[in-house]
Amino acid sequence: MIEAVGLTKRYGDKTAVDDLSFQVRPGMVTGFLGPNGSGKSTTMRMILGLDTPTAGHVTVNGSPYRSLPNAPRHVGALLDAKAVHGGRDAYRHLLSIAQLSGIPAHRVDDVLELVGLSEVAGRRTKGFSLGMGQRLGIAAALLGDPQVLLFDEPVNGLDPEGILWVRNLMKSLAAEGRTVFVSSHLMSEMALTADHLVVIARGRLLADMSVREFIAANSAGFARVRVPDTGPQQREALTAALTRAGAQVLPEQDGALRVTGLPLPRISDVAHEAEVRLWELSPHHASLEEAYMRLTQGMVDYRSSADPQIGMRPAPVPGRSDGWDPDPGPGAPFQPVHAADGPTFSKDPR
Amino acid sequence: MAVAQVLRSEWTKIRSVSSTVWTLSVALVVTVALGVLISWLTRREWGEMPARDRLTFDPTFISFAGMSLGQLAMIVFGVLVVSTEYSTGMIRTSLAAVPQRGVFYASKIAVATVPAFVVSLVTAFASFLLGQAVLGPHRAALGDEGVLRAVVGGALYMTLIAVFSMGVAAMLRSPMLALGVLMPFFFLLSPILGAVSATKKVGRYLPDQAGSRIMQVVTVGDDVPYGPWGGLGIMALWCAAALAGGYLLLKRRDA
Repeated sequence: MIEAVGLTKRYGDKTAVDDLSFQVRPGMVTGFLGPNGSGKSTTMRMILGLDTPTAGHVTVNGSPYRSLPNAPRHVGALLDAKAVHGGRDAYRHLLSIAQLSGIPAHRVDDVLELVGLSEVAGRRTKGFSLGMGQRLGIAAALLGDPQVLLFDEPVNGLDPEGILWVRNLMKSLAAEGRTVFVSSHLMSEMALTADHLVVIARGRLLADMSVREFIAANSAGFARVRVPDTGPQQREALTAALTRAGAQVLPEQDGALRVTGLPLPRISDVAHEAEVRLWELSPHHASLEEAYMRLTQGMVDYRSSADPQIGMRPAPVPGRSDGWDPDPGPGAPFQPVHAADGPTFSKDPR
Repeated sequence: MAVAQVLRSEWTKIRSVSSTVWTLSVALVVTVALGVLISWLTRREWGEMPARDRLTFDPTFISFAGMSLGQLAMIVFGVLVVSTEYSTGMIRTSLAAVPQRGVFYASKIAVATVPAFVVSLVTAFASFLLGQAVLGPHRAALGDEGVLRAVVGGALYMTLIAVFSMGVAAMLRSPMLALGVLMPFFFLLSPILGAVSATKKVGRYLPDQAGSRIMQVVTVGDDVPYGPWGGLGIMALWCAAALAGGYLLLKRRDA
């Protein structure tokens, strides 16, 4: 059980974590979700007593981490898979960590076996791939057979087989009654792994609920409406008419409109009365990924420049009025994906 | 948290990276080789040496002439032992495992000081014995007054150079920054202060100048206000200050 109360961390005038309160319960996987730079890692460091909170406190099993007796036997953590001395071999890297907390040396062989690194135990970690590094980091977290586990972005750099392995490992650790707290910026991954979600952006709590509740609350349906792309007048006229009729209208990146709050026939009627022709009127369900995007929108610190104002202004986006957005661009992890049902990948996790 | 566990872990860490062996062997080889070379040159030039210099000739100190270069490797050793924790990010894993930062820090310094001292002791004796062998008729013997103290003192001097570097590295964290401060400190600031007569009196209290006093056996005609052990004491105070600074920052800073 991890409990944060009013947790706050400021660096100068920048607030990294802002009055964060949440609980992480045993027996389930809790996903810690937020865009890059939203304060996930800072929060994890505070849980581990590495950073001192500016205000508030966080406890593990009722005590602050730094006053837990023999903490590594209770809490295991993977913070940064690259945080190893490249000149040290995998076995002795783990051995030094095991010795720190009085864990018997045979546990090192056990966890190396568990993560599938036995064959490279004697090799310097300098030559490890990112995926091997993640496995080594997970091995280090598991050394003390702890009841509470923290993983910061554990699937980064793993291949599909590795991702599936981590997913199943998290679930089995939780099934053994352990507290598992996993951070990620990928909603799609969390939807498959986590039972409970803690969502933050810019250091602030946005949601703390089960995955099922999150889906029910956030994957509401909407209609996509497209008008002829002859000019902005038609679109503006329809937006005004729909808003008057009680709908919420948001412009899509490709020039279409996303309409919520009105059934499809009613949208058609309103368009007819406003003398606006429709090129498209289609029902959609927001994916979990999209719900998460909407939730964190405007709260992302580092965003690609493709459309910095998406969802915040009614004006059309130049050059984006030609139908479905075929290419969100490689450096665009947080652009909404316009696909329909189910969790969708906005970013290839591989 | 048993201190023995942390000591054992630090021992595993220090002997599982090749930089430990490299830096310490370079310190040994460079110090001994340069000491022997300078001893040999001194013997060859003996005939041209002024009478005054012959009378105040210190064969022990001459055999330690390689120390000024060899200590460079000791500085690198001291810096790397501490700062690779930071440059690799390993410090977070370490401090998550040992939340008592003082125990972690003291263990790391202690474990690194032991091999540094052992290598320094071998280096000091090897420099002296080989240097004297090369000096031939002008040599000193271990049994002469003050010589054994100078040789053991040389070992302590080298060890303290490493310890001072560990303290500075703990304060500065980055290996490049620590080396960038320590190298000019020992190779520019100290010689410059020592060379200019106006600042000479200040330069004497720098760790390397004060500490190297213990390696001198013949001290006729200088006006240094402290003796061999006093000088080493001044150097030890510098080390204590650097270590204390490192500890206070480690305790207060976010990892």
